[in-house]
Amino acid sequence: MYYIDPHIHMVSRTTDDYETLAKMGCVAMSEPAFWAGFDRGSVDGFRDYFRQLTTFEPKRAGWYHMHHFTWMCINAKEAENVKLSREVIAMMPEFLDLPGVLGIGEIGLNKNTKNESIIFLEHLDLAAKRGEQILIHTPHLEDKLKGTRMIVDMLCDDRRLDRSRVLVDHVEEHTIRGVLEEGFWAGMTLYPVSKCTPERAVDMVELYGPERLMVNSAGDWGPSKPTAVPDFIMAMRRRGHPESLIRKIVYENPLEFFSQSRNFNFTPPEGLPAVEAK
Amino acid sequence: MSVPLSAPDLLTRDFLEVRAKILELAACLDRFQRAEGSLAGDPRMRRIQDGLAVLQGAAQLESAEPNRAEQVQQIFSLPYDEEWRKKWGI
Ligand SMILES: [Zn+2]
Repeated sequence: MYYIDPHIHMVSRTTDDYETLAKMGCVAMSEPAFWAGFDRGSVDGFRDYFRQLTTFEPKRAGWYHMHHFTWMCINAKEAENVKLSREVIAMMPEFLDLPGVLGIGEIGLNKNTKNESIIFLEHLDLAAKRGEQILIHTPHLEDKLKGTRMIVDMLCDDRRLDRSRVLVDHVEEHTIRGVLEEGFWAGMTLYPVSKCTPERAVDMVELYGPERLMVNSAGDWGPSKPTAVPDFIMAMRRRGHPESLIRKIVYENPLEFFSQSRNFNFTPPEGLPAVEAK
Repeated sequence: MSVPLSAPDLLTRDFLEVRAKILELAACLDRFQRAEGSLAGDPRMRRIQDGLAVLQGAAQLESAEPNRAEQVQQIFSLPYDEEWRKKWGI
């Protein structure tokens, strides 16, 4: 089955991984800007990273006939440095109109601090002023519930935002309902140890239905599995779910969400209907 | 949304895995106990005990609410304060 991974950090993966993803049916991926495992020291460090995301990664994906989309931001971990964050936010518009840049992300919270919240709000302001889509990282483990509620508070307090253009990622059993009920999109991340398993993701599909729901690998430099979406597809099949439902979650939903971005341009694989930017 | 597989089908499919996971937990707790040092008063042990208590509802599948995963997640979560924005003035 053709699928899209809406959240994966290909800068941390090898070209062999691109090839493997293509062989497993991946036709497109979206790569939010994130913490690369070390704190960058200057705005130029981020500018080079954004250049890599908008030039080299689409090229590598293209070698295997996949589309690569991306999102710009300073991540929650480095947002603790407010001065640097503001410099990065001021520089981001250099990239936000480029082809394949879907919006601002993955912004969010990490340890649920005041500085992280301040920079999150400043990203929201930029997104609202420019009409950008938003992709959001929610914290892990014991911080997730509190952080997700704080994020939803900040989103709901900003009347300018169109909730159908906001994706809240890494939802789990205790956070998914609040995100969907408020009208946002939700992403389930399949990740060893700290996040969700394929079977639990299928449980959440059964509990909440497939609307505004996506699945991703969030593959990165840490222990993670870039082929986690095919694992979900197989888990859905083994649980007796029809192909049409699986395709909605792993292919049609990401396209529906991404197509709200002006820089989205996608040629579907042969035999599948075209999707235009809205 | 409906669940395509029946409960007996799911049990047949998952029985060995559930058994293996319970065994893994039991061995973990044994390992903690065999090792040097005390865990009395460690808040993480309290959370583990609370988590296990949620699972004990599994013995009465008919009566318990089917939201054990959510309950366990809540146990392993920090508290949230609705007034946080006011407190920080942002
Ligand atoms: Zn990520």
